[in-house]
Amino acid sequence: MAGTWVFVEQKDGNIRKVTFEMLSELKKGGDEVSAVLFGKGVEGLATDLAKYGADKVYVADDDVFAAYNTGAYVAQITAMIKEYKPNCVLFAHSFNGRDMASRLAQKLDAGLATDAVAAEITAGKGIFTRAIYAGKAIAKVEVAGDPVLATIRPGVWDVGDTAGAGEVVKPALAVTPADVYQVQKSFAATVSARPDLAEAAIVVSGGRGCKGAEGITLVEQLADVLGAAVGGSRASVDSGWLGHEYQVGQTGKVVLPNLYIACGISGAIQHLAGMSSSKNIAAINTDTEAPIFNVSDFGVVSDLFKTIPLLIGELKK
Amino acid sequence: MKVIVCVKQTFDTEAKIELKDGKISEQGINLIINPYDEVAVEGAIQLKEKGVASEVIVVSAGSDKAIDAIRTALAMGADRGILIKQDTGADEYARAVALATAIKAENPGLVLAGHVAADDGASQVPTRVAEILGFPHVNVITGIEIADGKATCTTEADGGSAVIEVAVPAVISSQVSWNEPRYPSMKGIMQAKKKPVANVDAAAVENKTKIIEFSLPAAKTAGIKIEDEVDVCAAKLADWMLNTVKIQVK
Ligand SMILES: Cc1cc2nc3c(=O)[nH]c(=O)nc-3n(C[C@H](O)[C@H](O)[C@H](O)COP(=O)(O)OP(=O)(O)OC[C@H]3O[C@@H](n4cnc5c(N)ncnc54)[C@H](O)[C@@H]3O)c2cc1C
Ligand SMILES: Nc1ncnc2c1ncn2[C@@H]1O[C@H](COP(=O)(O)O)[C@@H](O)[C@H]1O
Repeated sequence: MAGTWVFVEQKDGNIRKVTFEMLSELKKGGDEVSAVLFGKGVEGLATDLAKYGADKVYVADDDVFAAYNTGAYVAQITAMIKEYKPNCVLFAHSFNGRDMASRLAQKLDAGLATDAVAAEITAGKGIFTRAIYAGKAIAKVEVAGDPVLATIRPGVWDVGDTAGAGEVVKPALAVTPADVYQVQKSFAATVSARPDLAEAAIVVSGGRGCKGAEGITLVEQLADVLGAAVGGSRASVDSGWLGHEYQVGQTGKVVLPNLYIACGISGAIQHLAGMSSSKNIAAINTDTEAPIFNVSDFGVVSDLFKTIPLLIGELKK
Repeated sequence: MKVIVCVKQTFDTEAKIELKDGKISEQGINLIINPYDEVAVEGAIQLKEKGVASEVIVVSAGSDKAIDAIRTALAMGADRGILIKQDTGADEYARAVALATAIKAENPGLVLAGHVAADDGASQVPTRVAEILGFPHVNVITGIEIADGKATCTTEADGGSAVIEVAVPAVISSQVSWNEPRYPSMKGIMQAKKKPVANVDAAAVENKTKIIEFSLPAAKTAGIKIEDEVDVCAAKLADWMLNTVKIQVK
């Protein structure tokens, strides 16, 4: 077999954790694992990738790769796939990962499984598990192909500690000006000292029960004590207390933290779609009948305005 | 400029999922327009109101029932529809080929879609359609300006928000926060009944993927629930977090 590739998600030299999750998981399989790294001035990241399992690191370093660009990235990886013939290429199920993987799949006239939560990969074939209908059903999808293509949901695999050789390979540049059909005019990074919602180990979310900015501030204070990300229900987003990028649920983000704390959230089916796979769920809600208690591991029937300050006090003891 | 909007008919987000003969049962399910596609339809209508779009055409691939999704879009203000008859088991590849074939025949100036279907959503179809048509694409937009043959899109990106410019024709997919879709008016619903909907057959292509099994997740069981004085609630919750979940406090 020609090995399995993981497309590296990085921005400004920071590799996203999901990349390490994929490398670690594939490393368990025994097949050769390679990381595919595109960017500008990124070769130094190869050691990090080796640490989590990359036997080889393909580095395409050029100005054209400085920011994610679908056409340029797809042209480059297409040429590399033709030359090195990997058995399988995995991407993160992120904005960039799914964008790139779908354009690549169509270019190769191939199938693609997106947002997979489990994978069984053999030569020329992958069987991927996908949570569909907002997690209300599960489908196993077979993708045959050369290579097999999939995007993997962040957080489903653990980061391991098996290192690979990390041999750096530098493929030829395969991008033409015509491939650069998107021009990024600007990028406004979300400035936050808190971890990224999609990758955080703990998420504290606030819903309509927060009643406004004051309640959301309590949620934020709890998050900061825990080093957690902040999230919210659609009610908080629609009320303008939080931006849409914080929405958890069917039309927001799917999160998979070790601990999810729902504060003043009723637990509507569309909200559960985004968080019910969390490893541990806590809920603070004044209504003992709130459906969130049906999915929570630990619930307290109490007022969040009184509970959160006391909880913070207890945690800091 | 002709604007085409891809609308998929999906299950109501409240729908309870059941299996019948190993497949997802459609029995008793209320069908709606995919919420993201509703936003794309609204975006197209607003482009028409601004004088940027000359005509808004909605296209849906699916069973005969998908006509309802088309009629809803027509009632919102789209001008005409195209229903592509296709087996609902068609995968993202087969759907993209079917849609691209119908879209190509219309020679549009812009193609809008949702960025993901809320049912078995894959976030693949719009990008695949763009590749087939040889158009640029931009996904997950929260705003768009069209001028001088270019679409300037604000997008929700990893870790922030990007402004991306592409030449039109292009395929652009929506984020729900782009706009607030209008409710069809009574007049709109009446007019929609008279708007033309063409029926076409899907291009005959094979799926590239195969679903080998559907299953339902194990039901989640409720855990501990404390109904007590607030200080007891807070103390017990803290204890569970520290000693059962074993979190670290900063
Ligand atoms: C197509 C579609 C897509 C949707 N997508 C999403 C999505 O992605 N994410 C999402 O979240 N929703 C989504 N929704 C909306 C969803 O149906 C619910 O309306 C929403 O989740 C409700 O938010 P909430 O729980 O904050 O508010 P509510 O349902 O109003 O619940 C507020 C809760 O706060 C409790 N409360 C009140 N005061 C206090 C207090 N002082 N202390 C503690 N608790 C208190 C109440 O008991 C109640 O349970 C979607 C809906 C549709 C139709
Ligand atoms: N059968 C279909 N008919 C029309 N549009 C579709 C269909 N399937 C997918 N789409 C479009 O592609 C988007 C993303 O779908 P998906 O790739 O399946 O998540 C949807 O929001 C629709 O705009």
